[in-house]
Amino acid sequence: METLMSILVGVFFAIGTYLILTKSLLRIILGTSIISHGVHLLILTMGGLKTGGPPLLGLDSLSFTDALPQALILTAIVINFATTALFLVLSYRSYKLLGTDDTSQMRGNEDE
Amino acid sequence: MSLLHIMILIPFIFAIFVPLLYKFFNPRIHTGWFVLIIPVIIFIYLIRFIPGISSGETMYHSMAWMPSFGINFDAYVDGLGLVFGLLITGIGALVILYSIYYMSKEREALHNFYVYLLMFMGAMLGVVFSDNILVLYVFWELTSISSFLLIAYWYQREKSRYGAQKSMLITIFGGLAMLSGFIMLSMMTDTYSIREMFTQINVITEHHLFLPAMILILLGAFTKSAQFPFSIWLPDAMEAPTPISAYLHSATMVKAGIYLVARMTPIFGGSSEWFWLVSGIGLITLLYGSINAVRQTDLKGLLAYSTISQLGLIMSLLGIGSAALYFGYGREADLYVVAITASIFHMINHSTFKGSLFMVVGIIDHETGTRDIRRLGGLMTIMPISFTIAVIGSFAMAGLPPFNGFISKEMFFTSVLEASKLTEFNMETFGILFPVIAWVASVFTFIYSMILVFKTFRGKYKPEKLEKKAHEAPIGMLISPIILASLVVIIFFFPNIIADYLLKPAVASVLPSLAEGGIIDMKISAWHGWNTELFMTIGVVVLGGLMYMYLKKWVGIYRLYPQNMTLNQLYNSGLDHAQGWSKSLTDGYMTGYIRDYIAYLFGFFILFIGGTLLVTQSITLDFSNNAPVNVFEGALVLAMMTAAVTVLFAKTRLTAIIALGVLGYLVSMFFVIFRAPDLALTQLVVETVTTALFLLCFYHLPKFKEHTKRVPLKPLNLVISIGVGIIVTLFAFSANGTRLFDPIASYYEDAYELAGAKNIVNSILVDFRGIDTMLEIFVLCIAGLGVYTMIKLGLDRREK
Amino acid sequence: MKEPNDIILRGVTKVAVVIIFTFAINLFFSGHHNPGGGFIGGLGFAAALTLLFLSYDVESVKANFPVDFKVVTSIGVLIAVFTGLGGVFFNEPFLTQAFQYFDLPIFGKTELATAVLFDIGVAFAVIGTAMTIILTISEDR
Repeated sequence: METLMSILVGVFFAIGTYLILTKSLLRIILGTSIISHGVHLLILTMGGLKTGGPPLLGLDSLSFTDALPQALILTAIVINFATTALFLVLSYRSYKLLGTDDTSQMRGNEDE
Repeated sequence: MSLLHIMILIPFIFAIFVPLLYKFFNPRIHTGWFVLIIPVIIFIYLIRFIPGISSGETMYHSMAWMPSFGINFDAYVDGLGLVFGLLITGIGALVILYSIYYMSKEREALHNFYVYLLMFMGAMLGVVFSDNILVLYVFWELTSISSFLLIAYWYQREKSRYGAQKSMLITIFGGLAMLSGFIMLSMMTDTYSIREMFTQINVITEHHLFLPAMILILLGAFTKSAQFPFSIWLPDAMEAPTPISAYLHSATMVKAGIYLVARMTPIFGGSSEWFWLVSGIGLITLLYGSINAVRQTDLKGLLAYSTISQLGLIMSLLGIGSAALYFGYGREADLYVVAITASIFHMINHSTFKGSLFMVVGIIDHETGTRDIRRLGGLMTIMPISFTIAVIGSFAMAGLPPFNGFISKEMFFTSVLEASKLTEFNMETFGILFPVIAWVASVFTFIYSMILVFKTFRGKYKPEKLEKKAHEAPIGMLISPIILASLVVIIFFFPNIIADYLLKPAVASVLPSLAEGGIIDMKISAWHGWNTELFMTIGVVVLGGLMYMYLKKWVGIYRLYPQNMTLNQLYNSGLDHAQGWSKSLTDGYMTGYIRDYIAYLFGFFILFIGGTLLVTQSITLDFSNNAPVNVFEGALVLAMMTAAVTVLFAKTRLTAIIALGVLGYLVSMFFVIFRAPDLALTQLVVETVTTALFLLCFYHLPKFKEHTKRVPLKPLNLVISIGVGIIVTLFAFSANGTRLFDPIASYYEDAYELAGAKNIVNSILVDFRGIDTMLEIFVLCIAGLGVYTMIKLGLDRREK
Repeated sequence: MKEPNDIILRGVTKVAVVIIFTFAINLFFSGHHNPGGGFIGGLGFAAALTLLFLSYDVESVKANFPVDFKVVTSIGVLIAVFTGLGGVFFNEPFLTQAFQYFDLPIFGKTELATAVLFDIGVAFAVIGTAMTIILTISEDR
């Protein structure tokens, strides 16, 4: 499972990177979202998969999965939400202001 | 925190209130009067130490700062530190008193001036009273910064900015070199405390880092004390207001380098490299400074070069004196103790006579409007008090009796003569150079001292060339130089007061091993009988007098030296080249396109992570501890890959956004499988909100343009992205295959006992790692505000 | 702009929002022992509000629910900081949390933890931020 997940994460990173390297702002945001999914899965995989029950002490299982990566990811998900929103609005604003979402055409205007 | 710490920090604390005082009282009371209290208090506080210190005691107080790194604010007072501390506060008080009359309260930004000045004073006290080298370094750089600010005090002038930048570049360069030297020292001795280093001198001397550490630390000292060839910043620093020149650039800050060399002598002294570097550079600086001082036409420029030359003199004395540690004990060691004594003695003397001279020059500038020697003359009858002070200062500088400069100059001659008789350190070949250089430099010193007095105060009064009608300065302005000039005379007649109470303990801390043997015994007397030193002085006066008389005949020699070969020229062209070079380098890769920068980032990522994996040979492909895969999970993985590829190739925005949403929901399924209910819930809700947000945003945006509908295929991008994917996968494999230590999660499994919570993840978030969560909601808050401002503030401009 | 005919959406929303609110609050309080907590509860709450704003127009919702979400965000952050400071007054490091069990009349033996207060701050911050973002975007025409 870990191997499979590692490959999946690699694919996410490759696709995300390719999207980030394009010129369209929307695609860049899509790319960052995919990469962050990859990061979350990577962290989770690094903590070991299926090593025990959910980290809830009320469940009376003998062992629990590592709770630390989960806490990290939970933080990451929420931060990712905030930054994605910021990115989105940034691209939205720049489109409204500059009339393009192509990063290579954003040079040489008064706001630079 | 002891009283000593408070005394070091009080200038900083008081500096906070200076702007307030300025604001409320300025039109009525000059801010300087408030500031004056600080150095006076500290001076009195330090005076109380003298009896204890002179009987061999030391003061030590520690204050924990970063104890886990061994960095503590250790304040330590010994003889050497005390001499400097008294100079800093004593001269500081006089300079502030002087500045009250020099700096106009109507025209000048006094709050800036005094804040910088206090900052400097505190930093300087920190330098001389710190036992921890890292703390010392911090204070050291603070002195550089406050010096920078003070030189650029009149920042409207281009020359001020130039001088400030120059001093900053040179002294910070030296400071950084010194820091690396310090770090080497702490690597050798495993401590940051100077006193503890003294106990491990053998370890340091044997170590292979001995020489690099010494050179680096000397770089720091030489740049700060304006030793050749780093001296070029000092003349340009004269753009600062004159009280600052008197204080920082002659009496105290430039002596920080001297302090450092003296402080480090017990560690490095006794080796031939130290002896040659310190005394050699010192003598070269002495000669260079004195020769250049003669050609100056600006009074402050003359004083700047003379300061350089005198600093060289003090430095060379420290170098010669370090030979005492080579001999260790006995008659020869005693001879070199004289050199150390002379250096500290001359440093005190220099502060008194140079301080008074700077103040006189400030008065001349203030009352006539110029410092140009060619326009001045005949001021003797108009400014008699200033003239008297100038005579006392200059004659002391020239080394004439009955002024203190004479005694220390005689001691200097004694030391160089002794040094020339040395048979160690290759001195039998080069030894004779020492007295020759010293004597030649003294001749030039005599000449420029005479120029300073007689070109300014004698000759013809030329009122038509002056901007103001010259008159004597107000009494307030004269108090400080009069005090200093009186000291010049008093010290000549009663040198042993200084020797017993200040010099002896100071020398004891420079040469601790000799002090333990109790053989440091000094008696300074003004009259030595008819010996070689006295004949040398007489020679200086005769030749110097003759050369001064016929100055016009030979001063043209200076013009023979090519202008494009000066150190300044070298510095300027070096700076220009460095700027041009860095600009062309920056232009080379800063294309202005985001894509390129991202490509650099990812390229670096591939090279760095991939390189590290390869170099450390940590790529492992160990799949033995894998969890089993069932069909459902395999299908899920496939579905996710499909969704990701769909995002990549989507032709419309809607498809892409929905595919991304699908991907997010699938990820939350994985969280369910991998026993992470909290994550699954969060991911579900976040995905919903994010998708809504995407749709909301792009409701207003146009469709993908025709030519950008398909993701364009770019080979380089493809290579980079596939590289990133492979590296990440390899990284994950390797991390999975190598477990360096047990997971720390078991600690959190006691969450119920420790935090009273059964949900471990939640207890980590709100309890164990609460500060992370708190900062996270800060980020959220900032992002929210960012969005809000971007939209709302943008509105106004669009409406325009 | 033509009034869209979305009577079904609005009808469902009326019911669904109440259910989601309840669920979100439940998620929040169960966070101490079961899945849930400040983030999830807050986000759930925000999702319900978003649904409201989507099915009705912004103005009418704002008229019935007059809250400035920027203020909610800052209240949340302040609550989090001040509960953290609480520990400082008892000579403990910043953000030290405490818990204690009490016998309350109706609930029986109940655990009260300062961590829940901190979590309330987190939830407020999340709700406030999410709604600020969504509202500012949707208000921008």
